[in-house]
Amino acid sequence: MKFSRLILANLFRKKVRLILTIGSFAIALVLFTFLAVVKSAFSRGTEIAGADRLIVVSRIGLMQLMPISHRDKIAAIPGVKAVTHNHWFGGVYQDERNFFPQFVIDPENQRKVMTELVVPDDQWNNFLKDRQGAIAGARTAARFHWKIGDRIPIKTTLYGGGSSEFNLDGIYHSDRPGGDESQFWLQWKYFDENAPAPVKSTAGWYVVKLDSPDDAVRVAKAIDEKFGNSSFETKTETESAFAAGFAKQFGNIELLILTIGSVVFFTLLLVTGNTMAISVRERTSELAVLKAIGFSGRAVLFFVLAESIVIALAGGFMGLALAYMAIPVISVAMTGLLPPLILSKSLLTLGIGFALFVGAASGLLPGIGAMRMRVVNALRRA
Amino acid sequence: MAIPLVYNVRSVKARWTSTIVALVGIAGTVGVFVAMLSLARGFKATLVSSGSADNALITRAGATSEMTSGVSIDSVKIIQDAPGIARGGDGALLTPEAVLMAPIPLRSTGTDANVVLRGVSPNVLSIRSNVKIVEGRMFRHGLSEIVVGKNAKTTYSGLTLGSKIDLGSGHWQVVGIFDAGGSAFDSEVWGDPHLINGAYNRPDTLSQSVTVHLTSPAALQQLRDSLTTDPRLNVDVTREIDYYAKQSTRMTTLITILGGFVAAIMAIGAVFGALNTMYSAVAERGREIATMRALGFNSWNVVLSFLFEALLISFVGGILGCLAVLPLNGLTTSTMNFQTFSNLAFAFKITFDLLWMGVLFALIMGILGGMPPAIRAASRPVATALREL
Repeated sequence: MKFSRLILANLFRKKVRLILTIGSFAIALVLFTFLAVVKSAFSRGTEIAGADRLIVVSRIGLMQLMPISHRDKIAAIPGVKAVTHNHWFGGVYQDERNFFPQFVIDPENQRKVMTELVVPDDQWNNFLKDRQGAIAGARTAARFHWKIGDRIPIKTTLYGGGSSEFNLDGIYHSDRPGGDESQFWLQWKYFDENAPAPVKSTAGWYVVKLDSPDDAVRVAKAIDEKFGNSSFETKTETESAFAAGFAKQFGNIELLILTIGSVVFFTLLLVTGNTMAISVRERTSELAVLKAIGFSGRAVLFFVLAESIVIALAGGFMGLALAYMAIPVISVAMTGLLPPLILSKSLLTLGIGFALFVGAASGLLPGIGAMRMRVVNALRRA
Repeated sequence: MAIPLVYNVRSVKARWTSTIVALVGIAGTVGVFVAMLSLARGFKATLVSSGSADNALITRAGATSEMTSGVSIDSVKIIQDAPGIARGGDGALLTPEAVLMAPIPLRSTGTDANVVLRGVSPNVLSIRSNVKIVEGRMFRHGLSEIVVGKNAKTTYSGLTLGSKIDLGSGHWQVVGIFDAGGSAFDSEVWGDPHLINGAYNRPDTLSQSVTVHLTSPAALQQLRDSLTTDPRLNVDVTREIDYYAKQSTRMTTLITILGGFVAAIMAIGAVFGALNTMYSAVAERGREIATMRALGFNSWNVVLSFLFEALLISFVGGILGCLAVLPLNGLTTSTMNFQTFSNLAFAFKITFDLLWMGVLFALIMGILGGMPPAIRAASRPVATALREL
């Protein structure tokens, strides 16, 4: 483009200011992506939930156990493809800070229901044969540098207290991006044999796989009606409704982070917008000269806009690159506190779009001013 | 001789637009910094104030929270006679408690939250002396009555005085509201342990935890030695205050890391804003500075003068940021504690030292943002700057 040298020369007129403005943009973008990523981590459960799955918990409370006999009764309901059951194990690996969720699973049905959590067949077969076997999610295994074949001691209050050792037979991966790879699975049979009397032959919750997601409402109702007026009533929800209910309990914190963050984000934009306006104002006489030698008002507007958009894009790309490098590091630092932080492509696109918009908006006002100014007045001022 | 401070105050006023931008940048950063820290402190203070140094919590050995603990009725009988436990008119000051979570809808969203339902012994008010009934009366043992913490009343629906609510298979009436001094108990619902166990099909021979009142804070060691060496028992003895401090660690760490990271990024942004403002201040005043130098002020005076200007802007920005978040003090919000999965209401806690830290933070940003431009101002040759007309 034939004016690119002029635009470049204008850009580098005040190098310190250029660097600071690009830097402010970059920082606004880092902040934007970080907050967006944290927000999505809080609501991840809802986004990745299977549409064709239901969660059945006890009506009277999350931690209440239900008899294992519910399993066959649920399986008999038309529209149910498979049922599996879980227990919350709640043990401690070395120290309480090393938290990860431990589920007692039903190996027979686990893979039929949780289809997106993939374990290689040979590892799975070893697990089936091993009563004290365990399977860990890839994220948890990487966090503690576990290898297949390791013995993992878990302190528990069940089994009369003390520590139980489990053999790591396999590692599962999620084939959905952002899936939960932090769980630790144990065998239900082994758990049930050793559990104290009130926990024997029970399930913490059931997960139901449906023939079709359209059936969710009908099947959920059928399950709750089946156990209505029994001593173990149930509450059945789709997996996403269940996750959303959980996420809503954090609600206020998330809202606070977002409110605070957006206030500050706009503050940073104010700073950059102001700088751009100043740099155009300082050059009024030059722009007037350009018009005097025959450039149209639109050309002048174009010069100003091009400059501010180049700054915004440079800052935007730099900010996203920084975020791209920093977020995996933060994600590791927050293991056990937050689900993994994932920077998605759509978020990157949104970030660039945002930078473009702000760049254009901050160049537009001074640019229009420059386009409309009368050459004589502007020249006289200088 | 130093350059009069009035000079800086006047020049700040003369360039008020860029001053305001720098002010807002610093105020915003300080505001977020203080708000995040106060959130983390409020959460921690709520849990820590739940515990008392005079009380000890007895749980099954290895249990990470009351939820995963269990103490049998036989163990409770042994614990009753242990040394170090204070005794009142009707025996040992000890409350074996049934603790579970009941789904009760949040007022704000209408979705269920996990509310702690705690079965307590009749003498619980003399064990937890920070808990007072403020409305209605204490529940009567043997009746389906409950008392509700003051935050639970406002956070969850259906828990006002006199209302009836179904929990488990039981129908309960709210007969009193208690104030536990802003602690975690304020988010709980208390009732008769035997009826609660009945309503939830739980064996009445098992409590989740036992809280005892000690004869003195120092008696903890005596009690612990006696209980942990007793072969009939398998328990951990924790000072109540330590137990609750531990329950707050994960959430406090999360808020501190998140808030610290956001505040750090913003601080860099605010320093950039301050640098930009001060650099343009220096650029616009090249001749003024040169004139002052020509009048006999040395470069050290000029550096000090510009630094003072930057500090003035950042100080006012810091104060404004603190003032902006001050109304948050005492504001109650609720969240789920990761470590127990139970819902908990807590308040922002803005203390004087937090405000002081906020202003200090602003001044550091001012120095970082003001120093390079100040040095540039002082280092330009007088003759060149004066020639710039």
